[in-house]
Amino acid sequence: MTEPLLEVVGLKKHYEIRKGILGRVSAKVYAVDGVSFHVDPGETLGLVGESGCGKSTVGKSILKLVEPTAGTIRLGGTAIEKLSRSAMRPHRRNMQVVFQDPYSSLSPRLTAGDIVAEPLTNFSLATGKAARERTAWLFEKVGLRADQMARYPHEFSGGQRQRLGIARALAVQPKLIVADEPVSALDVSVQAQVVNLLMDLQAEFGLSYLFVAHDLAVVEHISHRVAVMYLGKIVEIADRRTIFTRPLHPYTQALLSAAPTPNPRARKTRIVLSGDVPSPINPPSGCRFHTRCPVAEARCRTHEPPILEIAPGHQVACHLHTPAAG
Amino acid sequence: MTLTLVAPATSAQVAGKRRSWWRRHLSIVIGGLLLALMVAIALAAPFLGTVDPASLSPIRRLRMPSEQYWFGTDALGRDVYSRVVYGARASLFVGFAVAFVAVLAGLLFGLLAGFNRWIDAVLMRVMDGLMSIPSVLLAIALMALTRASLENVIAAIAIAEIPRVTRLVRSIVLGLREQPFVEAAIAVGTSTPLILWRHILPNTFAPLIVQATYIAASAIITEAILSFIGAGLPPSIPTWGNIIAEGRAIFQVRPHLILIPAGFLSVTVLAINLLGDGMRDALDPRLARQL
Repeated sequence: MTEPLLEVVGLKKHYEIRKGILGRVSAKVYAVDGVSFHVDPGETLGLVGESGCGKSTVGKSILKLVEPTAGTIRLGGTAIEKLSRSAMRPHRRNMQVVFQDPYSSLSPRLTAGDIVAEPLTNFSLATGKAARERTAWLFEKVGLRADQMARYPHEFSGGQRQRLGIARALAVQPKLIVADEPVSALDVSVQAQVVNLLMDLQAEFGLSYLFVAHDLAVVEHISHRVAVMYLGKIVEIADRRTIFTRPLHPYTQALLSAAPTPNPRARKTRIVLSGDVPSPINPPSGCRFHTRCPVAEARCRTHEPPILEIAPGHQVACHLHTPAAG
Repeated sequence: MTLTLVAPATSAQVAGKRRSWWRRHLSIVIGGLLLALMVAIALAAPFLGTVDPASLSPIRRLRMPSEQYWFGTDALGRDVYSRVVYGARASLFVGFAVAFVAVLAGLLFGLLAGFNRWIDAVLMRVMDGLMSIPSVLLAIALMALTRASLENVIAAIAIAEIPRVTRLVRSIVLGLREQPFVEAAIAVGTSTPLILWRHILPNTFAPLIVQATYIAASAIITEAILSFIGAGLPPSIPTWGNIIAEGRAIFQVRPHLILIPAGFLSVTVLAINLLGDGMRDALDPRLARQL
């Protein structure tokens, strides 16, 4: 078995809500509450869930853009969760990010060429003419023209801007790219182009992706494995085929039944969940999904189901799929 | 079927476009022209038919405006026209110098406060303290500690203006550091000083230019107040403030001794404020709400 490129164990991120001049902690937001997964080299792990379930916070914690509260994050075998910002810097060569919003993730007052070249100069990978040549090469790799390097971000379309973001991430030849909803701000026609670009780059450079998204069709297209999050926890992880054909967790089933299908005549039963996602400030006791679960039992309200491997590579956190001993 | 071609823009259309820019930014045009006039007067003071503004001539005191003395003479027989023209130098220099010093210092403090929580906590309390004192009062107090000179007047007024700039810059920095492009810079390994330099600093320029004009206008007024109450520049340098102060005693018989320098003062401050308002609207309409 190969060593995973990224291994996350028990990751937690709690935000403290402070009140008054003394800064007393009045409440905590359990944005991410004990998440474990791994990403293998060359693999895409899709991370899906509703808005506010903590999937973006997982991505930002791994990138150390927010400080995780607890848990370990190993990148290529090195624990990075406790590293300071400056100690983290060398590790950023292995791990890059593509953001959701292609408008605000590019500095408005730098040229496109400078934006893509910034990581090159940061890591002294290339300077002067070599940096310009490398930037031009990156532009062409992501489907932009080298003569667009002198333009400013506002002169590009949304899809082109996202390509710039991808070129910037690619500049340091990372092993892992955390893609935080990279296509959800784009038009559907452009989404496909960007997703295909990401897949082409993966094939060419052997990249791994942690692909955070809420669009199941996109995730199904790009992912090798899929993790489903609900309210700060992973409820199910499996390979793509298993998740999309034989989901076990009731939340995954409901999520999949809500996704539109291309065939309007296709018959399917929709599982409609009632109510809203509970607040992560005061998550439900027991299984976090029990308030909306169509098949919840008494024990779901009191006992939290552990996430267990019920088949090779298929983990589920649900009492219904726990061996009888529970 | 007829094919309609888009006619290339004629020179008349281009001119029309340019004219509409003038019209849209009328306050920049008016303010800029008035200010340019004042600056030209200040720079060209020796060539505008002036005499030595400090030369006394007791025989010719308190003359009414005439062909020889355009604005008349004051109680010591000095030519008021020359004094007002030379006074523009002091007022404008103090205004621009204060704006420059206050913006530079405020920018430095604001960047530090915006990026370091401990500096922020200490610095902003000091700034709160400074802001709780009316700026004129603070400048008077500072002038009381030193002797009257150009540098001290500039320093005293600038210190009173720094907190406002610091707050503005700090609020901009706090807003910008949450922007994804700053997070992206962290993610690609850019060091914190470089993030401030490349990604934060360029975005503070537009609001700072606008703020600088307001500071310049208020500094000119504060300087005039200081000179009027005798806490400003030494009496040997003519300024609009001390011309007004000297004219105060005989205001009832020679009102123009006050009205003329006061008119120049008002026009200058109005010009700078018009320019600032116009630039605020032109640079970024959203700023209108922030300032």
